[in-house]
Amino acid sequence: MAAEQTATGYIQHHLQNLAYGKLPAGYTRADGTVLSESTWTIAHSSQEAADMGFWAVHLDTLGWSIGLGLIFCFLFARAAKKATPGVPSGFQSFVEVIVDFIDKTVKDTFPHRNSMVAPMALTIFVWVFLMNLMDLIPVDWLPLAFAHGTSALTGADPHHVYFKVVPTTDLNATLGMALAVFALMIFFSVKEKGLMGFVKELTLHPFHSGKWYVDIFLIPFNFLLEAVSLIAKPVSLGLRLFGNLYAGEMIFILIAIVFGVGVLGFIGASFLQMGWAIFHILVITLQAFVFMVLTTVYMAMAHDREEEHAHDQ
Amino acid sequence: MNINLTLIGQSITFFAFVWFCWKYVWPALLGVMQEREQKIATGLQEAERAEKDLELAQRKAAEQLKEAKAQAAEIIDGANKRANQIVDEAKEAARSEGDRLKAAAQAEIEQEVNRAKEQLRTRVAALSVAGAEKILSINIDAKAHDDMIEKLAAEL
Repeated sequence: MAAEQTATGYIQHHLQNLAYGKLPAGYTRADGTVLSESTWTIAHSSQEAADMGFWAVHLDTLGWSIGLGLIFCFLFARAAKKATPGVPSGFQSFVEVIVDFIDKTVKDTFPHRNSMVAPMALTIFVWVFLMNLMDLIPVDWLPLAFAHGTSALTGADPHHVYFKVVPTTDLNATLGMALAVFALMIFFSVKEKGLMGFVKELTLHPFHSGKWYVDIFLIPFNFLLEAVSLIAKPVSLGLRLFGNLYAGEMIFILIAIVFGVGVLGFIGASFLQMGWAIFHILVITLQAFVFMVLTTVYMAMAHDREEEHAHDQ
Repeated sequence: MNINLTLIGQSITFFAFVWFCWKYVWPALLGVMQEREQKIATGLQEAERAEKDLELAQRKAAEQLKEAKAQAAEIIDGANKRANQIVDEAKEAARSEGDRLKAAAQAEIEQEVNRAKEQLRTRVAALSVAGAEKILSINIDAKAHDDMIEKLAAEL
């Protein structure tokens, strides 16, 4: 694909998701045709995808994340079903190593009683790791196979078939998970401290004098600070994962461009690709771990009572 | 990079997978692991106890062996003593029996000798008298020379 396109076009093509959404009536499509009525369709250009607005889905992101999540569920559920208290072997011991590791990590950071946090940490770690792992597959393999497969099946122009295989390089996926974590944070905060407790936590900290006529004037400042720190948690959680993986993917794409630049470029790019991939093994594991640990820490914060919170200040 | 419905889809997917893991994966795996941990713990405990039991049994066995040895030595000692005693008694009995027999034999011998001496003496007296009669060709008055004959006989 690089040979037929400019480098910019190649990069842009790789960064566009397979979007499915609604285009309004009278819209001029990428190939020049004008829609007589609003249509649900697959975007044929980045512009079309952007014009679909909020009511569109990235089929590739959802497809890969759900597929990888199902693989995780299937493998682990099978291991759980087959597990025996006898001597563990093969896949069971592998799964147990992961479970044990997660269990220890969660116990270290989450001192409260909640049976959901540890399984959630396991799900996040393995699922995010699997999604990140897709980054190690050479950038062109799956998109090219998919584009040519669909063009052979439906006659679509392969240049207009977009396909991103790493769900975590899509901001929607990482922010989606971060939002879910955020929802759980609010839910557990309210559940553990009550609505008033949660509101108090947002308004009476960090500035607190103990005299109500002073506190009233401190409430806006407190609320501003606490709200920012509260919102910053899911946003930083989602953006951190997205940023790391997006940057990694970008470097892979740039290296892929170098492959086309003569014999020297090919040899150089081979080494670069290998080096970056080896380094990236560390990055994808680390990012999955960081996402898991931060989620657990946020859950612990949501469970912390006001007294403990006040004590921390 | 468009923010769109994928965001919500991913959140729902997240909840679905977390729920699945929470219900079907985590408890089963952790339960099995805890069960194994307990099994290993009890196994180790039992092994320790068995080791202690073994040590105790060994000590007991050694003690019993020592006791048995002492008893055996005692018995052998007693037996030896008894045997010596029996031998001594037998020796004593044999000796006294021998002494008795010897004494009896000596007494008999003495008796025989005395009897022979008596016989000899009377014979000699008679012979001396007969010899003197012949020499003197007279009838010696036995009564008159009785003393002398007696003396002679006694000298023999």
